[in-house]
Amino acid sequence: MKHRTVISAGVPLAVYEQGDPARPTVLLVHGYPDTHHIWDDVAATLAADGHHVVRYDVRGAGASGAAAGVRGYRLPQLADDLFAVADAVSPDRPVHLAAHDWGSIQSWEAVTDPRSAGRIASYTSLSGPCLDHVGHWVRRRLTRPTPRHIGQLLAQAAHSWYIGVFHAPLLAPAAWRLGLAAGWGRVLSSTEGVAPRAGHPQPTLAADAVRGIALYRANMLPLLLRPRQRPTAIPVQLITITRDHYVSPALGDDLDRWAPYLWRRTLPAGHWSALLEKGPTVARMIKEIVSRTDGAPASPVLDRAYGARGGRGPFAGKLAVVTGGGSGIGRATALAFAEHGADVVVCDLDLATAERTAELARLLGATAHAYRVDVSDGPAVDTFATEVAAAHGVPDIVVNNAGVGHCGTFLQTTEKEWQRILEVNLGGVIHGCRAFGTLMVDRGEGGHIVNLASAAAYLPSKILAAYATSKAAVYMLSDCLRAELAPAGIGVTTICPGIVNTNITRTTTFSGRSADRLDATRDRISALYTRRNFPPDKVAQQILRAVRQNKAVVPVTVEARAARLLARLSPALLRAAARFDLG
Amino acid sequence: MTMQAQAAPAFPYDSSDLDRFRELQQLAYGCAERVAAWLEPGVTECQVAARLRRELVAEGVQDFFHIPFAWFGDRTAFRHFQTPLQFFAGRRKLEEGMPYILDCAPVVDGYTADIGYAGKVGDNPIWDKIAFDLREYRELILREVRQRKPLNDIYASVDALIAHHGYDNRHKVYPGRVIGHQVTRMTARGPAGVNVLGFGVRTLETLGRELVSERLHGRSPLWADGRSSRHAPTPGLWAVEPHVGFREVGLKFEELLVVTEDDAHWLDDDLPHVRRWQQAHTRSDAR
Repeated sequence: MKHRTVISAGVPLAVYEQGDPARPTVLLVHGYPDTHHIWDDVAATLAADGHHVVRYDVRGAGASGAAAGVRGYRLPQLADDLFAVADAVSPDRPVHLAAHDWGSIQSWEAVTDPRSAGRIASYTSLSGPCLDHVGHWVRRRLTRPTPRHIGQLLAQAAHSWYIGVFHAPLLAPAAWRLGLAAGWGRVLSSTEGVAPRAGHPQPTLAADAVRGIALYRANMLPLLLRPRQRPTAIPVQLITITRDHYVSPALGDDLDRWAPYLWRRTLPAGHWSALLEKGPTVARMIKEIVSRTDGAPASPVLDRAYGARGGRGPFAGKLAVVTGGGSGIGRATALAFAEHGADVVVCDLDLATAERTAELARLLGATAHAYRVDVSDGPAVDTFATEVAAAHGVPDIVVNNAGVGHCGTFLQTTEKEWQRILEVNLGGVIHGCRAFGTLMVDRGEGGHIVNLASAAAYLPSKILAAYATSKAAVYMLSDCLRAELAPAGIGVTTICPGIVNTNITRTTTFSGRSADRLDATRDRISALYTRRNFPPDKVAQQILRAVRQNKAVVPVTVEARAARLLARLSPALLRAAARFDLG
Repeated sequence: MTMQAQAAPAFPYDSSDLDRFRELQQLAYGCAERVAAWLEPGVTECQVAARLRRELVAEGVQDFFHIPFAWFGDRTAFRHFQTPLQFFAGRRKLEEGMPYILDCAPVVDGYTADIGYAGKVGDNPIWDKIAFDLREYRELILREVRQRKPLNDIYASVDALIAHHGYDNRHKVYPGRVIGHQVTRMTARGPAGVNVLGFGVRTLETLGRELVSERLHGRSPLWADGRSSRHAPTPGLWAVEPHVGFREVGLKFEELLVVTEDDAHWLDDDLPHVRRWQQAHTRSDAR
């Protein structure tokens, strides 16, 4: 790594360079109370990927010099530092900027400065809004105090308590000096799960943290109370961190107003664990925006992130994959996701029906694609997942919906029938979860998996032996998987629909019945489902809600909910009822 | 035990009767098309229904099987309909991109037409798609009536096609969930031009009488999906109105189907929706 010193307004700034200087320059700016080391993982990945990576310790931190007083930490001065470094390391070409926390706040100052045109090619912001934008954000909510707006203000206030402490005399410096700095590693480990690493926190932490309090004192009140108009024409990538204790995601809501060229990404991580634990993911996001603004062809992932939240709904910018999407609950779910902003990929054994769903989804404004997939075929599902990831990106939501009905007692059901039911209903879910779950974990941006079980998962019946067994397995599988994928920010939901008016009764197979009795039974069951008349659209709405709220188990219809309650109150009663021949 | 349908009655109309029905259906569609050409954003359902009534009366219509209806926007798909009163034209204003439906049923000399005209103002891709697909419903219904399938089975076939298309059944919102109803030459003596809950007094009188007499024969003049429609199509004239919706857009056509003892045909093929499909077909051929 190359080290040089850049003098800005008399303060020496320690600058560190790695990678090939002929490649695009990425300038990384750290926050409070960090040094350039916070970017170690991101920088290593970017440099290995062929970028010229530049970091510096901001004034007052690490190996850089400090300003004389609080005034020396005002944002225009910090922006001057940034331009000085950029001019020194890349005098001829604009730099790509990425910044975190206070580094992001000061980078906003630079990005919204007219000098940035031609000097900054793109800006990736993590956990640090422009203070002027925040001032306007607060004003807007105070002048329009809807319940939602008040909730957002209260939530951000709860995240910002420490800013008040930083303005009180003596308190914050004393806290840092008398133990907080020494225990900072433990704080990060217990609050954000950051693994201890050599050299972090930096030995200069106590002094850096105390000097850095000037950042708050010099800038917060003046800018929040009298916010300036700060628009920018530079492409901005906003990475919203979902478990940030200091910056609430709602702070980015109005950003389209100031940054019209805006890509929105989401990262399931904490304020510091985003960089310390998810470095390669952040590096990939930076790399994507760098190559996009440097003229690489559009990628579906960035296309979705561009202008996400542009009014298309709560799932704007997301990609949903639905198996068995050619009919019933699958089709309704794909269309509901499309209607609420997501792009969809639909697969079905019957390609024509999947294409029809995709066509309807396009009418609702989504980008939609159809595939023919037999979910009971593991290698085929793997191929499908790989194709989807290559052509449309890794999905954010996967709905393992494909399934078949089967009616017959245990002794009536043949081995072949058992195989088929288990291969489709359970195997299909296993293959879907494995293929897409692996991709989602590798991507590191979280996501959600929805598995369609059934009320039969907890409602025994002698005539549903194979079907209920397969669905009970899906139920348990989902609970285990939910525990496994939670640390990766991937939710897993089990849906238990109950009696829903779809074509499943028409395709249900029956064991041990003669052909004419079979038709009569099928007609009777179909008539029951039609009379019950619970539309698949309502199941779809529940699925969307479950994804938004990360619900574990959702029994949908009244009978599914009642059965679940009974299964808890009196399993013996359900066991007795299981003897009835409902077919 | 179900009541066995008794021998079907003979087809009750001669060709001059059918001509009168056809002329009246043309007249009704003509009025609907004129009103549709006059429509523009800003008009309300009430204004449009009133205009349709005026057009019909000016053409010599004396009574109505039911009063003219007009539905705009998501009301074309009967979204959020809780009570039958919501069928009546309201104060909803037409906006750019909105679908609309005009539905009227004029009576002249006892001859009755009952038509549904679907349209849109400006651009609406969902409307275009459904409008194109409606052709399949017209073909399916005719095919299955010709096969003399029980009416409730045909209703189920239409439902299956709706599910296949990914739409939803909106005719089930009509009173009695009907996809159609029988039309006869009305001979009732009640006051013409007077209506109760949207239906002409003479309609109610005729319909009531038919409900009773057909019931005695195990048939129903109303075509729905229940037991009462479990019989082969009764010879005579049926106003058929498949009505399908997708999200906020609903479309229907309604026209008379001629059912004879052993065959069936649509009373008239020279209708706006049929011409639209023919034009689309010609265009795609030309391409």
